[in-house]
Amino acid sequence: MDWLNAIVQGTLLGGLYALFAAGLSLIFGVMRLVNIAHGDLIVLAAYLGLTTTVALGVHPLLALIVVVPAMAAIGYALQRGILNQTLGDDLLPPLLVTFGISVILQNALLEVYTADPQKMNAGALETASFDLGGLTLGWLPVLTMLVAIAVIAGLQWVFYRTPLGRAFRATSDNQDIAQLMGLNKAHVFGLAMALALAVTAIAGLFLGIRTSFDPSIGGGRLIFGFEAVIIGGLGNLWGTLAGGVILGVAQTIGAKIDPGWQLLAGHIVFLLILAVRPNGLFPRVAA
Amino acid sequence: MNLNDYSVTRTTREARIAALIGVVVMAALIAAPWWAGRADMRLLSELFLYLALASLWNLMAGYAGLVSVGQQAFVGLGGYMLFALTMFAGLHPIVAIGLSGVIAAAVSIPVAALLFRLRGAYFAIGTWVMAEVFRLVFAQISALGGGSGSSLPVDIVKSLAASRSGREALSYWLALAAAAGVVAAVYLFLRSRKGLALTAIRDNELAAGSLGIDILRAKFLVYVVTAAMTAMVGGLIFLQKLRISPDAAFSVNDWTAFVIFIVVIGGIGTIEGPIIGTLIFFALRETLADLGTTYLLVLGAVAIVVMLKAPKGVWGFIRNRFDLQLFPLGFRVRFPEKRKGD
Repeated sequence: MDWLNAIVQGTLLGGLYALFAAGLSLIFGVMRLVNIAHGDLIVLAAYLGLTTTVALGVHPLLALIVVVPAMAAIGYALQRGILNQTLGDDLLPPLLVTFGISVILQNALLEVYTADPQKMNAGALETASFDLGGLTLGWLPVLTMLVAIAVIAGLQWVFYRTPLGRAFRATSDNQDIAQLMGLNKAHVFGLAMALALAVTAIAGLFLGIRTSFDPSIGGGRLIFGFEAVIIGGLGNLWGTLAGGVILGVAQTIGAKIDPGWQLLAGHIVFLLILAVRPNGLFPRVAA
Repeated sequence: MNLNDYSVTRTTREARIAALIGVVVMAALIAAPWWAGRADMRLLSELFLYLALASLWNLMAGYAGLVSVGQQAFVGLGGYMLFALTMFAGLHPIVAIGLSGVIAAAVSIPVAALLFRLRGAYFAIGTWVMAEVFRLVFAQISALGGGSGSSLPVDIVKSLAASRSGREALSYWLALAAAAGVVAAVYLFLRSRKGLALTAIRDNELAAGSLGIDILRAKFLVYVVTAAMTAMVGGLIFLQKLRISPDAAFSVNDWTAFVIFIVVIGGIGTIEGPIIGTLIFFALRETLADLGTTYLLVLGAVAIVVMLKAPKGVWGFIRNRFDLQLFPLGFRVRFPEKRKGD
């Protein structure tokens, strides 16, 4: 039963990791950009959520109304202001520029909020739980998982059922031809980053309700998201959810064996999958 | 016009002057224990070790196109190997540092085999995951102090030299030798046949491949050699610090972020770039260090602006402006005198 419990809790934890990963997966899919600052943007969203809840005295989930549009706006501005200039055949500029943004964000957060760990107070939601077949499930992890499923379903719908998604796919396939067809690729990329950071906002809020956070944890969140993307297979959003779940289960089982092994177990499973299936478990396109 | 009027040379007058200045500066630096204060020598040692790390990262990212944000894996591995080999195997610290290079090369082979499955930017994050794995593994080894780390025992420190000033001079010379050795090794490597292949890969990977260069093999070689040398520099770093902990040994900020800033600001893909970058980095640090985190904000912003506006860095700007090359790598055709004017 203990083991079953670990697996179920790990699965729910995977919902959070899928939320970390979805934004990363989206921008890579549309513009082949790997954003090293992604983890720090998640932490930024958590801090914006904290400020909103403290300033307005609202529940953290209500803060989403403020934080999601704010992060989307930041994403659009970041893409059009800086990141669009780095895109091209050369890998180095986007990597190094997002790395610089990561360092700037981390230290700016340190300056404003200090290094003290913070946490958002979500009241009864943090501890509320229900019984299911002998297992006790927290409402918060269940809600996180449901939101992760809804977010990924929503992204799938945007991608394959809306004009915006068509623009994303067209630009992803061939930027120049998309441009000839009347799409402004700078604008399309801006919208993609806005959408990615809107998802990041949700991820940051749930992170901040679930655990305490400080400005230095961004790198770790980036790594979890990245592992979920690679395990699931590039370009497959539902695969990313599966990747998050596999990572979450690996971590909770690792923690069950020895608390010091939690993170290590996750990384080892990732490396094993990389060794056996370098394209991930569910790649959308054959390599 | 006679073909014999043309000549192909590698070295230039500027390069010869630079070499001469280099020799003088080296002589002055070697003599530093007789003219510099204790604090200056510590600062210079740190500068040399950063120069070594930056030159190595530059070889990987600037020439082999392997952008790693996980070189702290090998810095930390080298540091821990120094502690483990001296404490448990009773080796002399300098022997331990040499051996840690061999161990790091052996470790880096399976690591590279795994990480090379990731392409481009994902390779970068993969290297970071690997560094995290190293950090978590060393945090589990209780003989080395686990998560809180350990200090180098006094008798091992004393085995370097009996007197304090003797130890300080020795560790300073080791740092200087590391920097000079790495820069010289990179220079000689790039002048060799393999180095030529690497430069071709830097300029155009597709073209290099079509000319018969085994790109994967060249990159693999660079990764392994860089890992070994980075680990030896890591051993020297922690020989200076005398204390190691997983967070300090595998710090992404200290051993990767700063190194990347140095190379980007100085000029990526050149030998001179990391040297200029290290000097700028330390000048900035010594003047802005009091500002705390603001200093890192400035550094990050400078690196972004350089990357966007002058992607070849400070040295790239100088080279284009004055046609300088202090470390003669490329060949140039010298035209006959009389044709110079037309």
